[in-house]
Parts: sequence; C-alpha cells; structure tokens
Amino acid sequence: MSENGPIIEMCNVNKWYGNYRALRDINFTVNKGDKIVVCGPSGSGKPTMIRTLNWLEAHQEGDIIVDGVRLHDKMKDVDKVRMEVGLVFQHFNLFPHLTVLQNLMVAPMWVRGVPAAEIPEIAMKFLERVRFPEQAKKYPGQLSGGQQQRVAFARTLCMNPKVMLFDEPTSALDPEMVSEVLDTMVGLAEDGMTMDCVIHEMGFAKAVADRVIFMDAGEIIEENDPVSFFENPQNERTLNFLSQILQH
Amino acid sequence: MVAILFVLNIVLIGFLNFRFQAIIVWLQLLALFLTFFYGFDLDFSFIRKKVWFMVSQGVFTTLYVSAISIALAPMLAIVGAVAKLSSNGFAYAIASFYTSFFRGLPLLMQVYLIYLGLPQLGYVIDAVPAGILALPLCYGAYMTEIFRAGIQSIPKGQWEASRSMGFKFGLTMRRTILPQSLPLIIPPTGNQFIAMLKDSSLVSVIGVWELMFLARTLGNKTFQHMEMLITAAMIYWCLSMCLELIQSRIERHFRTKSH
Repeated sequence: MSENGPIIEMCNVNKWYGNYRALRDINFTVNKGDKIVVCGPSGSGKPTMIRTLNWLEAHQEGDIIVDGVRLHDKMKDVDKVRMEVGLVFQHFNLFPHLTVLQNLMVAPMWVRGVPAAEIPEIAMKFLERVRFPEQAKKYPGQLSGGQQQRVAFARTLCMNPKVMLFDEPTSALDPEMVSEVLDTMVGLAEDGMTMDCVIHEMGFAKAVADRVIFMDAGEIIEENDPVSFFENPQNERTLNFLSQILQH
Repeated sequence: MVAILFVLNIVLIGFLNFRFQAIIVWLQLLALFLTFFYGFDLDFSFIRKKVWFMVSQGVFTTLYVSAISIALAPMLAIVGAVAKLSSNGFAYAIASFYTSFFRGLPLLMQVYLIYLGLPQLGYVIDAVPAGILALPLCYGAYMTEIFRAGIQSIPKGQWEASRSMGFKFGLTMRRTILPQSLPLIIPPTGNQFIAMLKDSSLVSVIGVWELMFLARTLGNKTFQHMEMLITAAMIYWCLSMCLELIQSRIERHFRTKSH
C-alpha cells in the first residue's frame, strides 16, 4: 500500500474570508497516482481548496498534510511543500520578462539548486514533453493562450512535482485552444502524474478521472467514480448542476 | 524684416523630417537664448579666468555629493518600499513615518537640521557629510513611493507563480518583481536624479564649496555676479543633460528587451 499511500490529506478544513465561510469541513484524500477532478458551480470554493493545498491561501481550521508535511505558519514547511506541489494557473502567470526557456529554468536554478550546466537540457526535455521545443527563444507575450498554458505546464514539470494542481487551466482560453491544453493534460495523466484538477471540461473528467468531486458553497457534496457520478448522481444539487452544464 | 525671416524659417523647417526639425529648432532656441545672455554685456575674460576653478573645485564637489546620494537613495528606497508594503506593523510604521517626515520638510531645512542639529547631540559633523546625509534621506523618501508604486503595479499572479514554485520573498523580489517593475521605475527615478543633482546646490548654505557656492562667492569681490551665475547655470544644465542621456539609453535598453 505504501506505493499508493496518501499524498494529500485534508481533515475538517475550514477557511473564512472575513465573515464569509469559503470552505466547510473539507475531508478529502488524494493517493499517489490519483487523478481527481473537482467541479461545481462558481463561488463553490474550488479554487480556494486547490490553493490552500500549497498555502497560497492559508486555512484557519483543520489539518492539511501534503507529502507528510503539515501546513501551518512555519514558512519553512510551506516552502518544502511548494517544492513538491506544482500549481497551474487559470491565467498562466508566466514571467513576461523572460523567454520561454528562461521561464522553465528559474525554478530548477534558484530553488532546486540544479547545476547550471544541466538546466537547459532539463528545460528542453519538458518543453518537448508539451510538444513545444521550437519556441524556446520567444517571449510569453508572443504566444497564444494555449501555447502559454502549455509552457506553464512545462515550467511546473521542471520542478519534478509529486502532485500537480490545476486551477481552471482552460477557463481563460479561446475555445479552439482548449483541446491542445486538454491533450497535454491527458498525456500527463497517462504518464502517471498525480493530478488534482479544478476544471469545467466534463469530457476530460469522464476520460481521465479516477474520482470526481462535486463542491457547492464551500462543501464537498458528493465524491464518486466518474461513471457513477455522471450516470447516477446521488445528491439533488449534483443533479441540478449536471443538468445545467450537460444541457447544451 | 524679422517677421518675414521668422515665417520663412517656420515654412522651411516644416518641409524637413521629424529628426531634422527637432535638431534645428533646438539649435535655434539655444542660439536665441545665448544671444539673450550675450546682451548682458558679460565680461568673458573674467569668466575664462574663473571657469577652471569652478569646474575643478565646484563641479567636482557637486558630482561627488550627488553621486554618493544617487547611489544611496535607491537602496533606501527599496528597503522603504518593501517595508511599506509589508504586513509587519513595525516596518510599515517606520517606513511611512520616514517618508512622511522627509517628504514633509523642505530639503533646505533638513540640511540645516542635520548640520546644526547633530552637534547638539554631541556628534559634530562636517559640512560635506551633512550634505551627503541629507540628500539621500530626502530623495530616498520620494523614491520609496516610486518604488512602491512600481512593485504594486506587478500583477498578483506573478507573486503567486513565484511563491508556488517555492521562491522565497527575496528571490521573488529579485527575479520576478523588480526586473518587471524597473521599466516603470526608471523614468521617474531619472527625474529624481536630475532634481537631486540640482538640489545638491542647497548644501552651499552650510559652506560646501560646490558649484552654487562658488557661483555666489567668486563674483562677490568685483560685483561680477551675473557672469558667475550664468556660467554655473550652463554647467548645471550640461550635467543634467548627461543624466537625461543616460536615462534615455537605459529606457531604450528596456524597450528593446521586451519585444
């Protein structure tokens, strides 16, 4: 079992923004190799949950344990977790003043301390993995949204993360670019990456996910394998949500 | 006659391209300006006699005081800006008190306060160090605000991307935030440097033998004030133009770098 032991555990996690309760008693485990898709209506706390996992947002109650490290006020522990957890953003957040290749190189160079001579090779390897080696010298501003997001994937992969978190990676893209990004994600999943995705593409959930989690109003309402989740939802709110997004 | 020449001049210049228009109009305005001074009936042999001393003593001291201030002020500004953006109450309070105080008092008064005030506390301070202390303290306060604005203009996502990869605060600042805010910070900072160069003249009140002090004193004996003031003015202008030139070079460098 140690092979597939838990890498992320959330126990009774609560979070407030002022008086607004963003997360309610979240209990949730990700095992190594799991592909999880989190869905739910807007305002349901999905991005908040993803972002508490590497403490871009601090939680106030409960325990979050990532790769054996409990997240709390000590920044040393938080940074340890951040080195093992890759986060992909809705708006890519590439560094506009650096070329694609340099974007990939900063983290191994300054955080991991990989010897400088090896870094370009590593970076190119991951650029090839997202099928993008020919644009290494360009600046992010010269690329399309889909291309930028693939570069962002590669940048995250350069850190050799144990888990990748996806915070709505396709929401800011033009429709024709969604598929290139989804294909890349499917590729990652096939390579065995542990993935926790907030994503609106239900086709991706059906094809890739081991489990689908439905959130509403900061709570996990339902958690199931994709077949049961889509064919036979247990909760009325899940049913409502699914009928709304699958209608068109 | 003058009117006809004037109109002809404008029409002719109108035919040129932008670059030549700019150069010729510049030169013409400069010529007009110099003619204006020439009308003062200045004693040029007197200027020639004194100008070397003005440059060797005055310009040297002015540049020396300004250069040290220019080097120190941005350091103060970065520390001030980070403190002002920090969530630590102490840091914020100290930094905002600093900017408020040093932006709130006239620089002339700060020079006096440091030069005359520190000896009251038992530290006798020379005129030049007093001036070198006052200038960066004052301009560091202005530049704190410039740096703060530059740092704040970088989208939050850049912080999040850096921090999520395990960058610590200092690394995020050095590798992500400052390189991106530099193009925004440089134009107003260049302004501050030029202003600082000229405001170094204020330390003449405490007897530093810099350009302004010499301009006021060298002509005293023979009542040739105008000669010395105009010479000093021209020297200040030339020095400022050097700074302008450097600033535009740096700006161009950053423009070509981002696309």
